Amino acid sequence: MANAALDPHAAIATTASGAPARLTTADGKPLARALARSQSKARRRAFLLVAPLLAFILITFVVPIGQMLQRSFHNDGFSANMPQVSAWFAETPAGTVPDDAAWAALAADLTASAEARSIGVVGTRINYDMAGTRSLFTSTGRKVRRGIEPPYREALLEIDEEWGDPQLWSVMRSASTAVTSNFYLASVDRTRNEMGEIVQVPENRRIYLTLFWRTFWLSGLITALTFVLGFPIAHLLATLPMRKSNLLMILVLLPFWTSLLVRTTSWMVLLQQQGVINDILVWLGIIGDGQRLQMIYNQTGTIIAMTHILLPFMILPLYSVMRTINPSYVRAARSLGATSWTAFRRVYFPQTLPGLGAGAMLVFILAVGYYITPALVGGSSGQLISNMIAMHMTDTLNWSMAAALAALLLGAVLVLYWLYDRLVGVDNLKLG
Amino acid sequence: MAVPTYASPLERIWHYAYIAICAAIFFFLIAPIVVIIPLSFNAEPYFTFTDKMLSFDPEGYSMRWYDSLLTFGMTAPDGPRDLSWWGDAWANAKWVQAAKNSIIIGIFSTILATVLGTLAALGLSRPEMPFRRAIMAILISPMIVPLIITATGMFFFYSNPCELLTLFGLDPQCGRLAGTYLGVIFAHVTLGIPFVIITVTATLVGFDQSLNRAAASLGASPRRTFFKVTMPLILPGVISGALFAFVTSFDEVVAVLFIAGPDQQTIPRQMWNGIREQISPAILAVATLLVVFSIALLTTVELLRRRSERIRGVTPH
Repeated sequence: MANAALDPHAAIATTASGAPARLTTADGKPLARALARSQSKARRRAFLLVAPLLAFILITFVVPIGQMLQRSFHNDGFSANMPQVSAWFAETPAGTVPDDAAWAALAADLTASAEARSIGVVGTRINYDMAGTRSLFTSTGRKVRRGIEPPYREALLEIDEEWGDPQLWSVMRSASTAVTSNFYLASVDRTRNEMGEIVQVPENRRIYLTLFWRTFWLSGLITALTFVLGFPIAHLLATLPMRKSNLLMILVLLPFWTSLLVRTTSWMVLLQQQGVINDILVWLGIIGDGQRLQMIYNQTGTIIAMTHILLPFMILPLYSVMRTINPSYVRAARSLGATSWTAFRRVYFPQTLPGLGAGAMLVFILAVGYYITPALVGGSSGQLISNMIAMHMTDTLNWSMAAALAALLLGAVLVLYWLYDRLVGVDNLKLG
Repeated sequence: MAVPTYASPLERIWHYAYIAICAAIFFFLIAPIVVIIPLSFNAEPYFTFTDKMLSFDPEGYSMRWYDSLLTFGMTAPDGPRDLSWWGDAWANAKWVQAAKNSIIIGIFSTILATVLGTLAALGLSRPEMPFRRAIMAILISPMIVPLIITATGMFFFYSNPCELLTLFGLDPQCGRLAGTYLGVIFAHVTLGIPFVIITVTATLVGFDQSLNRAAASLGASPRRTFFKVTMPLILPGVISGALFAFVTSFDEVVAVLFIAGPDQQTIPRQMWNGIREQISPAILAVATLLVVFSIALLTTVELLRRRSERIRGVTPH
């Protein structure tokens, strides 16, 4: 039983007798172990090829996002700079009326913080939970630096009546630990009252839930629109002869390759009140010169521009699935007496579902996190949650709030991404 | 796509209606891109066709907006157009600076992303690769995670990259990456990686692994096998991946907004400024140039794709 070498790594030799053979390599080692060693070597080699990139992505992408998200529940602006009063809060249960020790601790902390010039940070932290309190801290800080005498309660109340506000003490209590859930509460329009219970914020300050709702609703609408517009195109491309469909495919790929800002700009040009579309409508006499349509800097603008931008992401997966559908099924259905509508609905359409699912999920995932287009053409009613994150990052500088909103958005996107991976598989992602 | 002979009159009508609907959708796709091209030659500072333009009067058209791309930011834009004028434009014009930055950042981030991405794709397409699916999902995620979240995370990281080491209990201080070319390049590598991975792994799906074994059995070293056998076959996929990475970098604005300093203003960043502050038809001139650029890129990618299918013996389906 002289076996030819099947594999350069392991020349296989079996015992000649044919009795329960224990396979060994040419040099007498058990084959199973040699095989395992060679496999683990191959695994290591494959992994070494991926390792540099994986390390790069982990260090510059995954960990930084993790660190950013940490800010959503960790903010030591108050607790680190006001240690004594934080300690008092830690010792007493919620709702305790501040006693002399508390007032003394507060006065000492305010003095120390004002001297260390960190009072602004403290005020900013409290201001996140209770608007208008930053100036209370900074102005009190200026006064206590000149000296403050006991009794501290009366002295502080003389500086500003607001120090007696139970709401303020409740907010300070919740800020006295660095780890807080307040930013998450705020991002779903909730807050804590004086007793530490979770309540809705006043009606006029409820913005985030509306914004989340609008983001998901607009993304769903845009996904539906890309489906309605993309399906006929993908079907046409898939049924035309290759030469013609390649030519028409360029009309789909050109927008896909064109800069996002260029496409957004062209919609601004087309849709504005003195723009091309309004001009044509006026020229055709459909609308009067005085009643030009407001189609941009509102939700309509966001919807039109984003549908246009995301349409190729729906067409491409639909097309690649439709290409593989055998046309004889529909012909068979017709020959068995189905009307063209029935044949489409019961035979053709179900076969396109994998492509439809892939396209719809991709469009929805991308739409939920869109920032540039809504920022440029959305006006105030077309802003999405990403724009609110950007606003907290660059304008209000409430980074913890931005991080909390980002965490919620990211959570939603990752759930969708996980679903996409399960249902479609990330390795089936195709680009053109 | 012809109407079958057994079609009823109603179906024939529907067939032509369907063609008309498709034509309308193609129009929706392409018209916004095409319409800005003539508008960028507008002689007036309007965003619509003037009467003179519609009657094809040469006076209605001008190159003034293209000219303004050169003169904007120059120290002496009105001087005679001699060598020193062009030198001034090369050194000072805002859009020229932006173009230079875009190209520098684009090229370097493309090289890095392509090398790292191709290596990783080679590893990922080996059957022995452990945790293949999870690693693939991580490497693709920069394309999926909302850009604003990525940019926010990068903003903190690139401001003080050594802060990462505090996780290990160290307290080091090192320079900033934010506001440097290196920082922007790294950010664009991260964003370009998924495209390289996707295109190169797609090419490797059709790659016959026995060719490598054949080369090895004929005595070629692994390095020689890679450069003489693997590389020529996957090259079209690698190049189109590289083009995707370049376009991603060339078109990226959010990360630039958060990380770049005043010295790293790219074309999209400059457009962003132009659109937000005072939009003028100069933006349309830039947009037209970018459209021409993307047509050139698209043509290249299409030619590469066909070549790749031909040499791999995959007939176009």
